[in-house]
Amino acid sequence: MKKHLTLLATAALTASPLMAQDLTVTSFGGAYGAAQMEHMIQPYMDASGVNVLFEDYGGGIAEMKAQVEAGNILWDVVDIEVIDLERACAEGYLEVIDQSMLPAGDDGVAAADDFIPDALANECGVGNIVWSVVFAVNTDNGPGPQNIADFFDVDAFPGNRGLRKRPQVNMEWALIADGVEPEDVYGVLSTEEGQARAFAKLDTIKEDIVWYDSWSQAPVLLNDGGATMVQSANGRIFAAIQDDGAPFEIVWDSHVYDLDVWAIMKGTENVDLAMEFIQSATMTVPLSGMQDVAYGPTRRSAQALLSDDVKANLPTAHLDEGLKADGIFWADYGESLGEKFNEWLLQ
Amino acid sequence: MTDNTLDPEDARNAAREVRKRRLQAFIFVVPLLVFILFAFVAPITTMLYRSIHNPTVANLVPETLTALEDWSGEGIPDDATVIQFVADMKRMANDRTSGQLADEINRALPGMSSVIKSTARSLRRVDDAEIAANGVMLLLEANDRWADTATWQALRDAGPIYSSSYYLTAVDLERAPDGSIGARDVQIYKQLYTKTLKMALIITVLTMLLGYPLAFFMSQASDSLANFLMVFVLLPFWTSLLVRTTAWIALLQAGGVVNSTLIWLGLTDEPLELLYNEFSTILAMTHILLPFMVLPLYAVMRGIDSSFMRAAISMGSTPLGAWYKIYLPMSLPGLSAGALLVFIISIGYYITPALVGGTDGQMISNIIAFHMQVSNNWELAAALGSLLLVLILVLYWLFDRFVGTDNLKLG
Repeated sequence: MKKHLTLLATAALTASPLMAQDLTVTSFGGAYGAAQMEHMIQPYMDASGVNVLFEDYGGGIAEMKAQVEAGNILWDVVDIEVIDLERACAEGYLEVIDQSMLPAGDDGVAAADDFIPDALANECGVGNIVWSVVFAVNTDNGPGPQNIADFFDVDAFPGNRGLRKRPQVNMEWALIADGVEPEDVYGVLSTEEGQARAFAKLDTIKEDIVWYDSWSQAPVLLNDGGATMVQSANGRIFAAIQDDGAPFEIVWDSHVYDLDVWAIMKGTENVDLAMEFIQSATMTVPLSGMQDVAYGPTRRSAQALLSDDVKANLPTAHLDEGLKADGIFWADYGESLGEKFNEWLLQ
Repeated sequence: MTDNTLDPEDARNAAREVRKRRLQAFIFVVPLLVFILFAFVAPITTMLYRSIHNPTVANLVPETLTALEDWSGEGIPDDATVIQFVADMKRMANDRTSGQLADEINRALPGMSSVIKSTARSLRRVDDAEIAANGVMLLLEANDRWADTATWQALRDAGPIYSSSYYLTAVDLERAPDGSIGARDVQIYKQLYTKTLKMALIITVLTMLLGYPLAFFMSQASDSLANFLMVFVLLPFWTSLLVRTTAWIALLQAGGVVNSTLIWLGLTDEPLELLYNEFSTILAMTHILLPFMVLPLYAVMRGIDSSFMRAAISMGSTPLGAWYKIYLPMSLPGLSAGALLVFIISIGYYITPALVGGTDGQMISNIIAFHMQVSNNWELAAALGSLLLVLILVLYWLFDRFVGTDNLKLG
């Protein structure tokens, strides 16, 4: 670690002997952004002398498209969900990253073997965290649902269900609850009948759904009684339990996990600096710091640094109970299902 | 002076003087004009233009599109055309632009995005001689959807730089490969427009019902009381829109103020569903837009001489009759202005429905945002936005015909 930082520092200093350079890094803010600041950005700034401007965005690829189309690149490095990475990369909004330049893990294992395979699956990104969409229950309400079939069982478990207002994850859960094997979900969902089946299953709980638009609303709904169970990014529920002592419990059954990656904006003048930042930020120790917000690190060597009770709260400990969100499927069907989903909402 | 016509010299001087003044006056408004041009006219024109102009596919595969012009539209195109396309795909794979084509074709045929991208990837390293010799086979082996006539029709139909297809989509129609126009499978946009209009109308009527008596009371009250009440009208107006919307969330949520009070009073056992539906959207928007109704009404009512009402009553009219025949027509300009403001603002409202709308409180603006931010279909978003603009202009024209814009007074 120390050796890498020294190397990086030397590299950065020789690259820019005269002036302090600025690098714009964009991510999602909140507790997650704070953890990235502490474990990735601040150490990099200290070691390299580069001034990092850390900005927030709300995800999606619209802002990247706007910058590339206008030829006015404002960001250098961006944290992007794999579900969007597929499109952003294929549409030419991101630079291709030479993954052979990634440093080995602290235990000496080469990057290609140290990273979990999904983290390096796309040529435009380097995995940063594994996060997951789970559902959580408020334990004050007594014994709650234990699996996704229970989530769809309004007779056994009455009460409102908080779901994020979009087809992603909801369609997958509907099919699993309807008996589709997790590995077949995306195959079924790419057929008309499969989509109709998912909507029919969602119809059974439609009256009991409370829709929300941003992950931050999920713990709020669970807390104020607006819903007895909510869909949420796992880190949000973890933070509510950890920091506020909320009586919530995460149900890991059929969680839909995905990765966030670091990527470099196409056409930025700071490509080399951006690459340096990514090399630094995805080393073993910085990645292990993402445990602060309950997101799993993407290097095996970083997972090894975590204590057992922390590991149990991370998506990486529950991958066999979950389903990997399929970025390619959602690039194919995101728009058409988005329209159908809105049509279904209006019915 | 008996001769009051100007001699030609004086007339010329006078005319020059008028021109000079006009020029001076014009110079004063130049900054405003420039501002309007850049901040208003240019973006709206670009938006209107984007809704019919999409050169993406034409720029990506120009030769293939030219070759497709001679295709009968049945089976798959001839070998030369397909080989041209395979060569284009290889180039796009290496430029990393295949995703742009994928996005466009995927709009017509969901599922094509991955087909195009994976096919392009498989062709990246194939050499040109191999493509020239075996291009057709390479493509058909990469994915069997290339043997599908519909795929090639979609490619051909995505070609034209100028297209009305986004407007067709925006009114739930589509053009079949044979050129006929029919309904799309998904029927959503017309419903959303109707719903948006309905909600805007309800909100306008509610602000009228709430705002009119308040403005009337304020106009009749003493200056100090009127000013005091005015602060209550303006105070929320100065508060951030987001704060006002989230305040409604705090009030209406299941464990919120309203529900806890109702339960405490024993009026209900279970918390009522007050939030995340059409009710909460209309309630919050009525509250937020109320000042836009009260302010013009109050300004107009202040100017109405109360002796007219007294005169009417003294001549035998009932108070209600006097109000209907005298006061209402005189306050109408303020009412029209307020109604027009509230209606037009609420038609394009975004934040409040997004935050408290839930399932049935969403409006057309939310789907426009979806196409801008999530699906990246900016052309469709532009078409939907343009239609909304046209809708508002038509309503304004109707308003002008039936009420008259000279009957409009903001103060």
